[in-house]
Amino acid sequence: MVAQRFVEALRARDAAGDWRVTVFAEEPRKPYDRVGLTRYFEVRDAEELTLGDPALWDDPLVDLHRDCKVEAIDREARTVTDRLGRVHAYDELVLATGSSAAMPPIDGHDLPGVFVYRTIDDVAALRGWVEAKREAGHVETRGGVVERPVRGAVVGGGLLGLEAAGALKALGAQATVIQFGTHLMDVQIDLGGGHALKRLINDKGISVRTDTATKSIRPHRRTGHVGRMDFADGGRLDVDVVVMATGVRPRDELARAAGLEVGERGGAVVDLTCRTADEHVWAIGEVACIEGRCLGLVAPGNTMAEVVADRLLGGGATFPGADTATKLKLSGVDVASFGDAHGRTEKSVEIVWADPLRGIYSKLVMADDARTLLGGVFVGDATPYASLRPMLGAELPGDPSAFLLPEGTGGAPALELPDDANVCSCNNVSAGTIRGAVTEHDCTDVAGVKACTRAGTTCGACLPLVTKLTKAELTKAGVEVSTALCEHFELSRAQLFDAVRVADLHTFSEIIARFGRVPEGATDAGRGCDICKPTVASVLASLGNGHILAGEQATLQDTNDHMLANMQKDGTYSVVPRMPGGEVTPEGLIVVGQVAKDFGLYTKITGGQRIDMFGARVEQLPEIWRRLVDAGFESGHAYGKSLRTVKSCVGSTWCRYGVQDSVGMAVELELRYRGLRSPHKLKLGVSGCARECAEARGKDVGVIATDKGWNVYVGGNGGQTPKHAQLLAENLSSEELLRTIDRFLMLYIRTADRLQRTAPWVEEYEGGLEAIREVVIEDSLGIGADLDAAMAQHVEGYEDEWKAVLEDPAKLARFGSFVNAPTTPDPALAYVPERGQKRPATADEVASGTADPELVSALTSPVLVAGPTLEVRA
Amino acid sequence: MTALTPTSETAVVDGPGWTAVCPLDALAPERGAAALVTGSDGEERQVALFRLLDGTVCAVQQLDPYSGANVMSRGIVGTRGGTPTVASPVYKQVFELHTGRCLDAASKEPRVGLAADLASYPVVVTGGVVHVGIG
Repeated sequence: MVAQRFVEALRARDAAGDWRVTVFAEEPRKPYDRVGLTRYFEVRDAEELTLGDPALWDDPLVDLHRDCKVEAIDREARTVTDRLGRVHAYDELVLATGSSAAMPPIDGHDLPGVFVYRTIDDVAALRGWVEAKREAGHVETRGGVVERPVRGAVVGGGLLGLEAAGALKALGAQATVIQFGTHLMDVQIDLGGGHALKRLINDKGISVRTDTATKSIRPHRRTGHVGRMDFADGGRLDVDVVVMATGVRPRDELARAAGLEVGERGGAVVDLTCRTADEHVWAIGEVACIEGRCLGLVAPGNTMAEVVADRLLGGGATFPGADTATKLKLSGVDVASFGDAHGRTEKSVEIVWADPLRGIYSKLVMADDARTLLGGVFVGDATPYASLRPMLGAELPGDPSAFLLPEGTGGAPALELPDDANVCSCNNVSAGTIRGAVTEHDCTDVAGVKACTRAGTTCGACLPLVTKLTKAELTKAGVEVSTALCEHFELSRAQLFDAVRVADLHTFSEIIARFGRVPEGATDAGRGCDICKPTVASVLASLGNGHILAGEQATLQDTNDHMLANMQKDGTYSVVPRMPGGEVTPEGLIVVGQVAKDFGLYTKITGGQRIDMFGARVEQLPEIWRRLVDAGFESGHAYGKSLRTVKSCVGSTWCRYGVQDSVGMAVELELRYRGLRSPHKLKLGVSGCARECAEARGKDVGVIATDKGWNVYVGGNGGQTPKHAQLLAENLSSEELLRTIDRFLMLYIRTADRLQRTAPWVEEYEGGLEAIREVVIEDSLGIGADLDAAMAQHVEGYEDEWKAVLEDPAKLARFGSFVNAPTTPDPALAYVPERGQKRPATADEVASGTADPELVSALTSPVLVAGPTLEVRA
Repeated sequence: MTALTPTSETAVVDGPGWTAVCPLDALAPERGAAALVTGSDGEERQVALFRLLDGTVCAVQQLDPYSGANVMSRGIVGTRGGTPTVASPVYKQVFELHTGRCLDAASKEPRVGLAADLASYPVVVTGGVVHVGIG
């Protein structure tokens, strides 16, 4: 991680390209995010943890040798030798070898089933072991199936131990944390915080034993796998898996062998410039022993990387001292500490607020002036952490206890961070840098500031603060952070949705009269535009206002919705009938093929497992749809900001590996949500097993079958900024799955911005995915029944839009080509054949060829421009 | 177009260069329709007709200069600062309906050989029939 940061920093600043960097990595992967290791259980894709911009490794001045451990350093000759015996010369050598998991000398630590928690491979092996043990515990007896739970233990109650325990729980195993010290996370938090934390951890279903030394680990007598732990106090615990999380050791063996000085507890000794006694050898990160100790956190490591990059480029940077602030990333357990959390500074005073009922413990350590902040501990609610941590060493305004009281009771004074306050400790970004991103680099939103400063891009703990600073600075700079839809509406889409719903309005005229912005000097708000009209159209459709081409609604529809088809570059349309779940009968395929052939349409399979027919003229659309509707097809809504498709793999009905009927579920979902209008298009996917052949995690809602039910992932998409969907809920029954998706989609429809897809919506939703989960699963806002009712109304009110058009002469009349010649094709359309089908002629082809519709017979001429109809050979 | 006084309408639309296109009722308010109109030069043109809420009808060229497709009649009708507009259904350029002037090019250039503004044509509605004047 630190090496990646070093290379990134060096390449970013070395504009002249003076340095060529070669990186030797022991693991076969690109550098990845160990801090987010537990996320691997969620994403199940090692690539997702890859750090930084992958383009870094394509830089011609950067060489990454993976799976290529360095075996020796020759400082005299200034070379290193890799594991293949190849010798590489260097001018400067940077050691960033990190550390390895410490293995305490306990009997039985090498038994099968004892793991450490350090690399992706460790985590993958742990998962495989737990899954195998679960399988073995699944016994069918005459009395029925007996499931014996997998019993896990974690030795070590620090940050890593708690994450590992959370991982065991996530894998469906029981977990007991064995802590040698008096309380959990004893390095970071005090005893009072430790007690509060223990209660929170117990609430997660994880047992905790403190003051417990592990004497030995015993094998199971039959399997020889790990079976039992014996403790010094005589207690014992039966186990199927043990994770050792008792700390880390610097990987300083290269430094030792090269004769460099190492610290008392290991680590290559460096000065404040991160240089060892050898002027050409540097050490950064966990392997560096700086100020007499090794630091096992990423933030100081990144700082060291920046220092060395600066030094190599002739700068004078020095290590400013370690920021040891930490925040535990365990779902549902808020723990953070910073500064002198234990109050070890002489004469320091502690201010403690504890609310055992709500599981909250917070403490501030102040200097004896009772104003200067020295440190703090937050358990149960770490909200104050983000804004207080950067105030470390500064004077707090007003009464410090106000910062600890629950929001709304005391009213803590607003903090104006000094410019040099460190906001993002992972990437060492100060408040001043963030302000500068707005004032000097013209960033106008949080995403821009993140990209410009890298603040909040590693662990994300500081994001609320980055957001606050950005918004404050934008306001100060007079940049209106406007959520207004357009010149006609001051409201955002979400506000407009609520306004229309609550005011019970049903036409654009009513809505603009009531909520439109009337400019100074004008008497009304005008008649809308291509921004607000489609938005209102979508809101009205989502609230169930009948056919989208009925009455005034017809005037609001955007290009594609207007003709219930997708406009192509020449003004003709493409037609997509619905094929739920990608399932189609041979008879259906024949009808589609025959229609395409009869109307001379170009056909292509879409990415959503259905068939697109291109080149249909306005006046042909009703005839084409009459044929399709008669054969039992209905609108596929490929033209709408609405549900598109539910992609599926073939699932358990045919597949040898499928564990659930994914096609059946996909069909059910597609029929449930068909026609549902939303802020942007919606795509769903259902996979029948963990192999994920339906690529469901690239969808807004992805469903993946498990042997116990369904896992549902949300907020994924392909497109320009691809994003994998994140886990929302696990092992749901089919009924629970429908309710979960119902609520998720309705919440999105009600609160997203115009044209905001689910991925950015989830990211920007206040409180993120966790808050969405609370609303959807736990009904924290009490709107669950309302969302359910809204979806029930949609399902009830669905009608096929095309069938309704065919039954209504007034709507059909809009599909004429010319008002004075409704069946005459657009004379300017021109096509040429390509690969046995037609395509629109280019401007050059039109100019050089001929647009005579008589010349439509063959494919022989290389450039044959034909009119609106082009027959191609069958 | 609308500037013409009602008293002179009948006389004008009977003259050369005027074509009776369709009944006013065939046009839906705030939605366009395409028409084929032969000018006095004998050339057939595609025209986009728009009926506004007050009954006024505007006519501009059907050809969208930014996409090269004959689609202007399928754009969304609205207003900018109170002036009636139509937005191209392809790349969303905004044009003034009365004059055809392009108000917002949406950071695009028109296709080679095409003007950025739309041609606009006079329209007279008389006896419930829409007439377009193409000289």
